[in-house]
Amino acid sequence: MAAITMKNIVKTYGDGFQAVKDINLEIADGEFMILVGPSGCGKSTLLRMIVGLEDISGGEMLIGDERVNEKAPRDRNLAMVFQNYALYPHLTVFENIAFPLRLAKTPDAEVKERVNHAAELLELTEHLERKPANLSGGQRQRVAMGRAIVRNAQAFLFDEPLSNLDAKLRGQMRTEISRLQKRLGITTVYVTHDQVEAMTLGDRVAVLRAGVLQQVDSPRRLYQNPANLFVAGFIGSPPMNFIPATVTDDGLSTPFGDIQLPPGRSVDLSGKEIVLLGARPESFEDADVVSDTVREHGMVFDAQIDVIEWLGNEQYAYVPYEAPEQIRQQLADLERELDSEAMRTQLVVSLDASSQIEESSTASVWMDLRQVHVFDPGTGENLTAEPAPVSDETAEGQPA
Amino acid sequence: MEREQTARQKSLWWVAGVIVIVYALFPVAWIVSLSFKRASDLSSREFLPTTWTWDNYDLILRGDFQDLFLSALRNSIGITLIATFIAVVLSTFCAYAIARLDFPGKKLILTTALAVSIFPVISIVTPLFNLWRNIGLYDTWPGLIIPYLSLTLPLSIWTLSAFFRQIPWELEQAAQVDGATTWQAFRRVIVPLATPGVFTTAIISFFIAWNDFVYGISLTSTEAARPVPAALAFFTGASQFEQPAGAISAAAVIVTIPVVILVVLFQRRIVAGLTQGAVKG
Amino acid sequence: MTATPAAAGKLQVEKTAPPPTSDRARSERRLGWLLAGPAFVVMLLVTAYPIAQAFYESLFKYRLTDPDARAFNGLGNYAVVLTDSVWWQAVGVTVLITAITVAVEAVIGFALALVMHRAITTLRPVLRTAILIPYAIITVVSAFAWLYAFDLQTGFVNSWFSWLPAISEETNWFGGFGTSVTVIIMSEIWKTTPFISLLLLAGLAQVPEDLQEAAKVDGATWWQRMYKVTIPNMKAAIMVALLFRTLDAFRIFDNVFIMTQGSQNTEVVSFLAYRQTIGRLEIGLGSAVSVLLFLCVVLISVAFIKLFRVDLSSARGGN
Repeated sequence: MAAITMKNIVKTYGDGFQAVKDINLEIADGEFMILVGPSGCGKSTLLRMIVGLEDISGGEMLIGDERVNEKAPRDRNLAMVFQNYALYPHLTVFENIAFPLRLAKTPDAEVKERVNHAAELLELTEHLERKPANLSGGQRQRVAMGRAIVRNAQAFLFDEPLSNLDAKLRGQMRTEISRLQKRLGITTVYVTHDQVEAMTLGDRVAVLRAGVLQQVDSPRRLYQNPANLFVAGFIGSPPMNFIPATVTDDGLSTPFGDIQLPPGRSVDLSGKEIVLLGARPESFEDADVVSDTVREHGMVFDAQIDVIEWLGNEQYAYVPYEAPEQIRQQLADLERELDSEAMRTQLVVSLDASSQIEESSTASVWMDLRQVHVFDPGTGENLTAEPAPVSDETAEGQPA
Repeated sequence: MEREQTARQKSLWWVAGVIVIVYALFPVAWIVSLSFKRASDLSSREFLPTTWTWDNYDLILRGDFQDLFLSALRNSIGITLIATFIAVVLSTFCAYAIARLDFPGKKLILTTALAVSIFPVISIVTPLFNLWRNIGLYDTWPGLIIPYLSLTLPLSIWTLSAFFRQIPWELEQAAQVDGATTWQAFRRVIVPLATPGVFTTAIISFFIAWNDFVYGISLTSTEAARPVPAALAFFTGASQFEQPAGAISAAAVIVTIPVVILVVLFQRRIVAGLTQGAVKG
Repeated sequence: MTATPAAAGKLQVEKTAPPPTSDRARSERRLGWLLAGPAFVVMLLVTAYPIAQAFYESLFKYRLTDPDARAFNGLGNYAVVLTDSVWWQAVGVTVLITAITVAVEAVIGFALALVMHRAITTLRPVLRTAILIPYAIITVVSAFAWLYAFDLQTGFVNSWFSWLPAISEETNWFGGFGTSVTVIIMSEIWKTTPFISLLLLAGLAQVPEDLQEAAKVDGATWWQRMYKVTIPNMKAAIMVALLFRTLDAFRIFDNVFIMTQGSQNTEVVSFLAYRQTIGRLEIGLGSAVSVLLFLCVVLISVAFIKLFRVDLSSARGGN
């Protein structure tokens, strides 16, 4: 087991395309690190550079304290679970799991013992003599994991391992992976585009966009303190609402009324004409159910409710509004980058399950200003972001 | 189409299936029957022999036609196997490169293979006939093996490329991550996966070379190299105008046996190979 | 032989490689040509070279029995061939045989494919095996089987089918043009329909099942589903199968050689070329016929590809 350190890692393809741009990332020994981002952001390329399947065009990759740039995959002693599992179709489950041990010329008795142990851990014991073609998706997934855990690798690498499974199985396997990683305490790098996986599995999450590292932080801090528009929009479902606001002398003017930012959120807006306010759906509430003491921390406005989705434990209301053309364009661009379709400018508002607001009505909605973020629409920077803590103990990556 | 067929539909497809089988096997049954007829039976104009006899087989394996047939059989087997082997070895390297590596000219190779596979054989025979006489390859094994490559190589390249494209090559990478050297990854993962395709291609190549008649009859003149299909045309009976139908049938049956065995054993693979080479399936 | 392709590969690389390619990419190109080169070169040597040689020889008046009289003749041989009725007769017969075989095979082949596609699983391997036998059997063997079946002395066909008005015990099938060609065509159809049907079967398998179901829901009858859904969706497979069979049928030789030796005006183009070169040792004239046959084949391919827009690269598994 070892820490993984990336220093100024660059990947340039033959045609000059830069898939990964100057990435610095330290993954501590035993840490579970998620690489997340929309498709084409370079996360898989980065993972393949760690494992050695992709040449490193620039920078330095350290595993433990050893530079591995020039090492062949087999000399890096990493275990990887591929997106489509990469099981050897001509070998039985047992031999698939045993494959790395066989290559290392491990004595038969030990192979047997370790494979059986791994199979037990993954509940594969009764399938050991079958061929991969006869297994279900979840079983194949577990065989792939068995092959990874059977040897004492320095780290586990996962390349979107759950993307071929159906939703229910994905949930189960997610828990399984999490449990296994905690039990084995092994450094893990996990690539995904699924933010639920990103949020639930990782100790820390690295968000990538077009080959550039956007932010590395714990899931909670990513959610509460996104560094920029991209991270804010990418993390969270339904996504954060972005409301255009014009800077006025005494505050901000939004399509829902004028607001004054509370002291905790006030930022220097001098020289700016327009900003984007970011508010998560749960920052809103039916004004009728908000207690008076809380109400004063936000603003109340009348909203045209278009559609309501009732989910039992909560409900989502959709509030369309008009935005200036320039802002609308920018929001559409952002949506496209986040792999989703920009339908129209609308707020997604989470309401208490007991709220009586009806569809196609005008309702009084409260917005919590204490949790509002202010973004610079030009740079995308989150003006209200708290600076990252100076000494984050996980980020230092001292080997235990 | 319909998943559940009614009993009537089911029996209809059964009947259709039986018709197809009769259609496919009837001429074969006829030549087999003919090969077991006695000389006096040959002009009985009946489908089946009145008495079954091994006479015709005796004739070609031990009797008058022994020299003609056995040498032809030896030539056919030797030449076909060598031509198949060379084609498969060359095309395995070629198809590996096409399926696995990125280099300019892939398309050129595949297009050429396709173009070559539609070449009229007779157009190649004419110049070879003259050339072979000049350089002493006429009526020799190499003199047939070389032109046979024009039949087997393009087909092998096509078929194998299609097979190799389907190999999940990322397994090679997985093996490398699992600790394999490049050679180990090839040997322990790729070879087992590629073998069925190579094997199937070899069978199809064998069929093509085994079937050849044009080269066999044009580029040989004696028993030194003449293969069976060409030799069959040289069987002559008591009078010059009368072909010994019984002996020819027996010889035909003998050269059909390996074909039938291969088909029965590997029918599924052969179909896959034929259609993969032609239509993406 | 290994030195040549390596050199050729290098040349190719230097010509096409843009300056900033990584060592890995360059070595991959080298390796690619190193592996593919031998097969490519051998393939060219055994085909392109003879064709070129044939073209060269077709320009000479040259008879093997009289080598001293060899003389450059320009396109004279072509003039001789193209003005001779024997050539046009052979072309006519070849076209006739090709057209009828391919048309009939398309229909029978499609029927066979349907039967195999729909046959219940237990019957399928048996059907596959049965259908592969005609494909794999030696053409000469098949020709003999058909020859003896129809032959006046050995055949059973006359006695079996004498109840048909056109057939009697004494019908001499190989005594006239029409009947000879009929038997030749029948044997050719029997032998090569399996190939077409296997290609069509692969095409059938590619038509998505839900299209059929959608058409059924939309109220299409079985025939309508065939014509409006199945066949349009396997057009690529059909065109490729037809092209390959057409080219193959146009080169017909073995059947004719065994059954009639070209008598009763059944001479086909391949046989004419064979007779000129091997039989009469007229290298010049034979080469001209060979080159013309080659041109015919090229013409047919071009016509197919242009007229029907057969996309060979996509249909033949090439990306």
